[in-house]
Amino acid sequence: MSMRGFATWRAPALSLLLFLLFVGVWHAATLPTVGQQTVDPEYAKLVGAAAATGQKTAFPTPADMAAKIWTHLQEPFYDRGPNDKGVGVQLAYSLARVLLGFLLAALVAIPVGFLIGMSPLVYRALDPFIQVLKPISPLAWMPLALFTLKDSGVSAVFVIFICSLWPMLVNTAFGVAAVRHEWLNVARTLEVGPFRKAFRVILPAAAPTIMTGMRISIGIAWLVIVAAEMLVGGTGIGYFVWNEWNNLSITNILTAILAIGLVGMALDQILARLTRLVTFPE
Amino acid sequence: MMSAFNDPYDPNVPLSCHCSCGRHATQAAHERDLEASNGDGESLAGRAVESAIVRALLPQDALRRRFLEAVGAGTAMAAISTFFPVGAAKEVFAEDAGKIEKTKLKVGFIPITCATPIIMAHPMGFYSRHGLDVEVVKTAGWAVVRDKTLNKEYDAAHMLSPMPLAITLGAGAQPIPYTMPAVENINGQAITLAIRHKEKRDPKQWKGFKFAVPFDYSMHNYLLRYYVAEYGLDPDRDIQIRVVPPPEMVANLRADNIDGFLAPDPVNQRAVYDGVGFIHTLSKDIWEGHPCCAFAASREFVTQTPNTYRALLKAIIDATAFARKPENRKQIAEAIAPANYLNQPVTVVEQVLTVTFADGLGNVRKVPDRIDFDPFPWHSFAVWILTQMKRWGQVKGDFSYEKVAREVFLATDTAKLMKELGLAPPAATSKKFTVMKKEFDPAKPDAYLASFAIKRAA
Repeated sequence: MSMRGFATWRAPALSLLLFLLFVGVWHAATLPTVGQQTVDPEYAKLVGAAAATGQKTAFPTPADMAAKIWTHLQEPFYDRGPNDKGVGVQLAYSLARVLLGFLLAALVAIPVGFLIGMSPLVYRALDPFIQVLKPISPLAWMPLALFTLKDSGVSAVFVIFICSLWPMLVNTAFGVAAVRHEWLNVARTLEVGPFRKAFRVILPAAAPTIMTGMRISIGIAWLVIVAAEMLVGGTGIGYFVWNEWNNLSITNILTAILAIGLVGMALDQILARLTRLVTFPE
Repeated sequence: MMSAFNDPYDPNVPLSCHCSCGRHATQAAHERDLEASNGDGESLAGRAVESAIVRALLPQDALRRRFLEAVGAGTAMAAISTFFPVGAAKEVFAEDAGKIEKTKLKVGFIPITCATPIIMAHPMGFYSRHGLDVEVVKTAGWAVVRDKTLNKEYDAAHMLSPMPLAITLGAGAQPIPYTMPAVENINGQAITLAIRHKEKRDPKQWKGFKFAVPFDYSMHNYLLRYYVAEYGLDPDRDIQIRVVPPPEMVANLRADNIDGFLAPDPVNQRAVYDGVGFIHTLSKDIWEGHPCCAFAASREFVTQTPNTYRALLKAIIDATAFARKPENRKQIAEAIAPANYLNQPVTVVEQVLTVTFADGLGNVRKVPDRIDFDPFPWHSFAVWILTQMKRWGQVKGDFSYEKVAREVFLATDTAKLMKELGLAPPAATSKKFTVMKKEFDPAKPDAYLASFAIKRAA
């Protein structure tokens, strides 16, 4: 094997090693301990295995975890009534909400950001509002949204909308304002119309910054949807986590956490690819 | 005399009328007939209208028979309907008989055993038996249930019995006329403490404890406050009471965030099951027969869709009567434990609903009426709740206890439908009862309120 081949395999090998180490430590930490106390069999039948020996229910082992993930993988799309659907179905609900809220936010943030970036006056006029609204936790809007929008599904989408709005807005404004003056001057010399200037000069120049804003936004939106769904319930991966919390099922919660991580990574990678498409060498 | 809660669908139980229409020996025979005649009450009513028309047009039996044989029933029907609006006549008749305005409904619930009748009515077919297609939707907390019901996302919901009173009075919500046509369960709550407090059984040792209750406007809040106050602790100063949704209580107890809670089941039993807590006292030992959760709907729902409301309430009362019988409890536990409903191990739900349970200290206890189900919304329950709302400063100002109680707790409707279902409602709507050895007289709420040493009200 050449030196180069070895180099490319080094990082994944290290990742694998770290993973195995993690599972090993987890396994060692969750080895079942032998209870000192024993209770009468009639009582033991009525409580969980740990409580029967005078302990609290323990954290699941890696083997429990693998078995649970396997059962979910075998049947990800089951539907046993409105309150019990498979992980795949729940993820689809969450993704639909995130994409809808995110697209609506993009429709608002990019034109408004353009305006702010091109006009110093609008920028100064809107800046105080943006500065106050930006740091508000999106979930703080939830009670207000439920009260005014009168629909929990719409409220969840609204919360996604409001949290994905700001990074896109700020990044678009920044990207538009930072277009190099030489290029704008060239456009002016050539007497390019305002629309042509916006679409042929500013947009391509600002596109990498705008895409970065979108990438930040989708990450935040995916973080927020889980919390929002835990709050309103009904459907979605956040509801799934809440419902299994209700049942104190750590294995199910961990399965959901893993799924949330994988989907979040996929969303981020897609946006990263798109950013690379519009990036140009200076 | 038969008991009010004999199951009218049990073919072995002799009922005075044998079946709901009175024509069959048993209810099973009645239902078989109903199915054979292809349908529900509505199509039977339609048949009655048709036969009335045919008999009016051709009053002589022999003539009618010859006519129908000659042209066939289908042709005859078509011929008649060309000059007589059979469809419209059927519709008018159906309306008189109480046509259900809306059959597809959404009812919200919190995953606790208090909601047993609302939940079990779905898997055990009580809703469909009363002509409804109800979707029962699990909800994250009481505030969300309240908002979703006020938003009309839910047609009706499982609430805590003080909630409709609070919503009507505008306490913690916009004042909206609300109604509570049925109590879900009586008893069935408990004070659970963390295992590390197993020596501290005297409430006087609880100074500085953090307790959780499911909602500000809950029987749990009032019972816990009442209980510690009777032991001389001020619930606002000597202990801390915080609101935690029931499903999150065990997780918080396990994390030592709280020292205990007065919670609905299966939360208490789940804490025992996981070795996290023990049951200190059952709520029935604080007030035997206290109401807890309720079936609630807006006054708008009641007045604008009266037949839907009646059918829904009837299904709930029917399910409540079924849940009351001890021999049905095991079967109910199996029906409501799955992930779609409570999402709990069956044994936990079974211990709550049946006699035998583990108390978390190594003892097996047997309490037959740990939880019971009785739909009747006594006005005196509402009056007691209102005195406690006043006692802790949740509502201020003067209002007529009796009037609010009457407007929100729809005892008359409940009594009427209980009679229709062959149950025996109580004759009065108010009664005296005892809370921790202290008698409550609904006729003298102000004197009762004044008698407490620890209170916020002036």
